Amino acid sequence: MNSSVFFGLSSVAYILAMILYIAYLAFRNNTVGITATIVTVAGFVSQTMAILIRWKEFAEIGNMGLLRGVPLTNLYESLIFFVWCLILAYLVIEFKYKTRSFGAFITPVAGLALAFIDISGMSKNIQPLVPALQSNWLLAHVMMSFIAYSMFAVSFSTGLMYLIVTTDDKKEPAYIFWTGMLSLFIIVLAAMGLDYLTFKLAVKSQEELIRSFLFKASFRSESGAVTALSFAVSAGLFFLIWRFGGILKKVIAGVNISADTLDDITYKSIAMGFPIFTLGGLIFGAIWADQAWGKYWTWDPKETWSLITWFFYAFYLHSRLMRGWKGKKVAIVAVLGFLAVIFTYLGVNLLLSGLHSYGSE
Amino acid sequence: MEKQNNKSITDRVWDLFASVKLAIVIFTIIASTSMVGTILEQQADPEKNVKVLSKMFGLGHDSAHSALKVLDSLGFTNMYHSWWFVTLLLLFCANLIICSIDRLPHIWKLAREHIQPLPPELLDKVAIKRSLTIKGKASGAKELSVAALLKLGFKPAEATSANGVQFYAEKGNYTRLGVYVTHLSLLVILAGAMIGLFFGFNAFLNLPEGETTSVAYKDRGTEVPLGFELRCDNFEVDYYGQGDMPKSYKSWLTVFKNGKEILKKSIVVNDPLTFEGITFYQSSYGKVPNSEGRGIIILRAVAANGTAQNIQAKVGDSFMIPGSSVQGRILDFSPALSVDPTGRYFSYDEMLKNPAIQVAFTGLKDGNYTGWILKRYPNSWNLPGGERLEFLDYWGVEYTGMQVRKDPGVFIVYLGCIIMALGLYVTFFMSHRRVWVQIAEDKGSTRITIAASAHRNKAAFENRIDKLVGILNAGSKGESK
Ligand code: HEM
Repeated sequence: MNSSVFFGLSSVAYILAMILYIAYLAFRNNTVGITATIVTVAGFVSQTMAILIRWKEFAEIGNMGLLRGVPLTNLYESLIFFVWCLILAYLVIEFKYKTRSFGAFITPVAGLALAFIDISGMSKNIQPLVPALQSNWLLAHVMMSFIAYSMFAVSFSTGLMYLIVTTDDKKEPAYIFWTGMLSLFIIVLAAMGLDYLTFKLAVKSQEELIRSFLFKASFRSESGAVTALSFAVSAGLFFLIWRFGGILKKVIAGVNISADTLDDITYKSIAMGFPIFTLGGLIFGAIWADQAWGKYWTWDPKETWSLITWFFYAFYLHSRLMRGWKGKKVAIVAVLGFLAVIFTYLGVNLLLSGLHSYGSE
Repeated sequence: MEKQNNKSITDRVWDLFASVKLAIVIFTIIASTSMVGTILEQQADPEKNVKVLSKMFGLGHDSAHSALKVLDSLGFTNMYHSWWFVTLLLLFCANLIICSIDRLPHIWKLAREHIQPLPPELLDKVAIKRSLTIKGKASGAKELSVAALLKLGFKPAEATSANGVQFYAEKGNYTRLGVYVTHLSLLVILAGAMIGLFFGFNAFLNLPEGETTSVAYKDRGTEVPLGFELRCDNFEVDYYGQGDMPKSYKSWLTVFKNGKEILKKSIVVNDPLTFEGITFYQSSYGKVPNSEGRGIIILRAVAANGTAQNIQAKVGDSFMIPGSSVQGRILDFSPALSVDPTGRYFSYDEMLKNPAIQVAFTGLKDGNYTGWILKRYPNSWNLPGGERLEFLDYWGVEYTGMQVRKDPGVFIVYLGCIIMALGLYVTFFMSHRRVWVQIAEDKGSTRITIAASAHRNKAAFENRIDKLVGILNAGSKGESK
């Protein structure tokens, strides 16, 4: 059977799970909760199947051994792997902490990643490896990076939840920060959706969509009116979220997760992610570059952004040691750290250029 | 740590450099300036950055130009080598070193300090507490506790007081030093990078097939002597199937020293050649300028009965197929020949993607035949009479492009990486764990109180302690049966 069928099934399942988890959070109905878990597990199984099938297809096409043929060589495959790790991490947390309330915050990150794949119209084709990518170091590098990224995604979600439950005052910077962050995510995704709908027919190869048409249907539109309207709608959305953000707090507070638990999970996932990222993301990446180009570090944008991300999380770990920084401030750092991850992962390919192959297909 | 105001300047500077606050500030500055460095293209043609600036901020060409001038004078167009970025890195090292020196004695003492028995009133103050009552005498409970502690990897010591017996043990004292190992590794890596910068070089070498060199070239064409000679015997690109997606670039190299052949090795991307500290990386390839027609065509002619012979020829040359009366003459050459759907041939690339020769054969069984022989299409090698002309190589017109590097610091960098991995593992996944088990007999039953602490990952240790309680419970039941 074709892997794309299973990928499709898992995408549907995750998006359904996201809705169910949010419904569970809102109504706290146990049947809904159990259904959400079942749907997530089903999606996970289906996605695992899909990855295995694609692995086999890929190894056969490139005529490589199974070890070399791990399908982790382009943006699409790596995003899929990221979602897989994230869902796995989530299921572990659900099982360990015996609560489903994180689901409503973690599954949307998976949903966003899947939506992003379709909205950006990135290539889903299997391509054989160009010579620079034929390296086991690269494989270890990419795999560990994405495991770390999914840990960071968890810390992002719990960090955001922490901010939501601990802020009251609408004038407080931390409150403005999280409402702004939430608005930003919704706005960017909506704007990209508009780009897709508007320019779907205009672009011949959809890979061009982001590079040439990012926000062209909204913020960067040729028509001044559309641009102005986009900003006005965004401001309005931010205002709404800012004004009614307290509702979210009530919802989360209703399911009895303490702020301390949230802080604990945020720290733990970073404490897991940081060493994995250091080893896989930075060290293995450097070894690969050394083997392939004869330079373990060249300050190219991708490498530099990995380093910046690393500094964000080093910042996080050290800021916990400073008096008065426990709590909201470190949660903000955790949230910002994940923005750096997203930029390292997507922004560098789509907005800056680099040596690396992702996104260049 | 705030003390009196009457501190000397040196003390203040010391305190500043020993503080995590400074580290946070430096993290922020390095991260944010690095961001600028990824937006502006480094060491690039100024026009490129003018474009970037005008695109990003909607500036006109002139204002973008002056903006770039300002950024350029601040070093942002080659910022990772600018004096202030290097200074930042040095400050970072100073911070790290002084901070570690400042705290190490204290941590060292904590690590060296051995665990002591705790009086019962202090047991209550320890982070993890459990207690259970089992039937039977204290002696049974003692044996049980020692066995359980051993099972968890602790070697308990024993202390007796008026309150009963206490077993106490600890593990992983030195894991407290993990953070310092991590910090040390950063210094090792930076030291290795410095050594590479001062005592190594980066160069490149475009070496045509068949040629020998004893130098490589740096940025502006300055020669770097290698100390030995290197010859490129052959270069080849492999493709996936019949498409033009490259599968591998491969160069066959030979090293000579004092005229003697020392070593032969083929290199591909991700598998370089290292000799006397200098490493050659496959990085590009190209066609030697004005080499058109000067290449050597290497063929293998196979007669219908299987006799074969290798042939070297040029365009215009004639040759015989061995053991037959077939004669061939090479009429024409194309670097990349392909066939369109109507069966017509065309040259679609300047690079040698699929070299082909046009050969006129005479003396075949069925008369004469003229056809194209394509290197990557073995079907085109077969002649009508059962003979075969294999196109093996077109040699002598391509060069292999190699990165040449000498970096005596790279081992130190890797050593630093290994130290960092170990340090991080110890820091995040291990901890200094202590446990006290107090046993007191009380009217025919025995009360066991467990207190334990871990300097990090408390929850994980709590699980282990629960396991200990489980073992004790199970053991006591087994005994009472
Ligand atoms: C990018 C560079 C750095 C990395 C990767 C790094 C790594 C770490 C890690 C992993 C920890 C343990 C954090 C935890 O327990 O959660 C730590 C702790 C610490 N770091 Fe760093 N560090 C860096 C730079 C610095 C610098 C420049 C200083 C200078 C002040 C510093 C001072 C400290 C201190 C004081 C601790 C706490 C030690 C303790 O708990 O005993 N670090 N560092």
